[in-house]
Amino acid sequence: MFSPASLIRKLGHATVERIWRLGFAARFFVAILRLSGTSFRRLPLTLREIYFSGVLSLLIILVSGLFVGLVLGLQGFETLQRYGSTEALGVLVALSLTRELGPVVAALLFASRAGSSVTAEIGLMKATEQLKAMDMMAVNPIARVVAPRFWGGVVAMPLLAAMFSAMGVLGGWLIGVVFIGVDDGAFWSQMQAGVDWRYDVWNGVIKSFVFGIAVSLIAVFEGYDSVPTAEGVSRAITRTVVTSALTILALDFVLTSFMFRGAS
Amino acid sequence: MNRTVLDLWVGFFVALGIAALLFLALKVGNLSSAHMSETYVLQAKFDNIGGLKVRGPVKSAGVVVGRIAEIKFDPVSYEAVVTLNVDGRYQFPKDTFASIYTAGLLGEQYVGLDVGGDEKMLKAGDTIAKTQSAVVLEKMISQFLFSKAADGQDKK
Amino acid sequence: MPDDILVDIEDLQFNYDGRPVLQGINMKIPRGKVVAIMGGSGCGKTTLLRCIGGQLRPTGGRVRLEKHQVCEMSEAELYRLRRKMGMLFQFGALFTDMSVFDNVAFPLREHTDMSEEMIRDLVMMKLEAVGLRGARKLMPGELSGGMARRVALARAVALDPMLVMYDEPFTGLDPIALGVIGQLIRKLNDALGATSIMVTHDIHESLLIVDYIYFLNGGRVVAEGTPDEIRASKDPFVHQFVYAEVEGPVHFDYPAPSIRQELLAGVTRV
Repeated sequence: MFSPASLIRKLGHATVERIWRLGFAARFFVAILRLSGTSFRRLPLTLREIYFSGVLSLLIILVSGLFVGLVLGLQGFETLQRYGSTEALGVLVALSLTRELGPVVAALLFASRAGSSVTAEIGLMKATEQLKAMDMMAVNPIARVVAPRFWGGVVAMPLLAAMFSAMGVLGGWLIGVVFIGVDDGAFWSQMQAGVDWRYDVWNGVIKSFVFGIAVSLIAVFEGYDSVPTAEGVSRAITRTVVTSALTILALDFVLTSFMFRGAS
Repeated sequence: MNRTVLDLWVGFFVALGIAALLFLALKVGNLSSAHMSETYVLQAKFDNIGGLKVRGPVKSAGVVVGRIAEIKFDPVSYEAVVTLNVDGRYQFPKDTFASIYTAGLLGEQYVGLDVGGDEKMLKAGDTIAKTQSAVVLEKMISQFLFSKAADGQDKK
Repeated sequence: MPDDILVDIEDLQFNYDGRPVLQGINMKIPRGKVVAIMGGSGCGKTTLLRCIGGQLRPTGGRVRLEKHQVCEMSEAELYRLRRKMGMLFQFGALFTDMSVFDNVAFPLREHTDMSEEMIRDLVMMKLEAVGLRGARKLMPGELSGGMARRVALARAVALDPMLVMYDEPFTGLDPIALGVIGQLIRKLNDALGATSIMVTHDIHESLLIVDYIYFLNGGRVVAEGTPDEIRASKDPFVHQFVYAEVEGPVHFDYPAPSIRQELLAGVTRV
């Protein structure tokens, strides 16, 4: 069972399989871009997907953002108090959220809420031959089904991340100013002095945009490439969540090292 | 789901997202005050810049008038060369004094411009001649202690 | 070549993962007829349909549809050709996120610039033809298997295709629904002046409605003829199929050594 030869063979097979899928994913991405005309010409198709990916993720994003902000406020106050600089609470909360937590946590939530459902939907359409039927009706399923879902996610993700950050700042303000009693003016003015629009906020938006592309691509690809059975689709959903999470964190490291290198 | 109702929700969603972005830009970040369309470059040499950072503020009379663009070490004079991006709306006289101050005891350090009385103004690319280096806390404390000790001896 | 042949298949071969599925199929399907392709499960019937629709590229041989060589067409050309084809999938393959009405309207909305009123009228006519005008607001999940099949049929003929293909239209239906679908296939074919190719293994329903039958076994055509010829056939394969006999040229067992041999061999580590 566990002979070295079979282990090596399995390992080699798995590696080749991964590379194969990576190549297919790249070709699939190009196909989506090439066939995106429909998504923009027929806006209702894409709007529908923004509704399913974005609007339906609103609640979880806003509530999570608020709680993350509350926790940051409490923990930040606790630490800053030791150095007598509690008025810096605003900077701490805002910088943590706009630079890192907003884009990353929102993307993780987005992958598990919207990404998984996109994978399930496309996977089930494949399993029940709906994609083949569409193809036989001379309608390209990548243009009609995949591309609108991809673009819906790409549009929704940065907006969700911005809402998450904004909600988090409000949460930090609620805990810091309203409940603990940090000075309101100092909270905001320190925040405004310490947070740079281009450097901190805009870089966060770029991050969330890149995450949106990555998660949407993984979600539609796993759905489209799933084995068309109930088990195959459920595996594809798991892969979407796991691959998305790893990709988000790895991309975050790469982007951070590009954006925030050297300065300050 | 009726299409018009769906449009309404998507519109609401996009509006909320843009509102959040505006909130981040205007209320959290400092888009309104940091907006300097036209800037010009000044240079200043310091013996010691302390903990000065790139993108730190340049202030005159306490008002932010620019940002620190670059900090370099001059291998010939062994000084720090600080490049400042100054708001194009403001002109400063030739004999302006550039100092490195600290906001509060532990706050960030910034470049302060103390205006002189010269008729001629600094042009883009000019170097500020008169500078004062950062105050290093340890030096200040030891100076204070020495002078106290000296005072004590005098009184005796 | 005579013009009354709509689909002409010559020496069609197809390998799946190196395993031959189709080994030299020859068929001529005349215009206006309903033709059944029969055979046991896994004999390559569905593969044959997908080669005609251009969804699979055969390993060898040719498929001619009207004046087009299907196997040599580009993707764009195929899409243009498929607008004139309709296909009914095994379980209907209705779009689960759309109502019955939207499902039937789908090809019209995708391929024509008709106004919503015209689309509405056309969809109503198609749904009336399959007797489901009243079910237009239902979602596919609320339909029975037979009803879903009829909606899919209405959708397949929405654009008045010249060729309609049916992949196992009778699978999993009760005898009444089965008869309804069979009659509809015949009726719609004649009303539209279309040509129909039906892949099935339901011999009795097929004998009632089709004009011509091909029997497939092992990737080859083993018998063909009109329903009357088939009923009278002395061919052992046809005989076994028509009378559903267990013993005959077709074995339902998967190839294996004899059970006696395997039992005596005992347990070996795999």
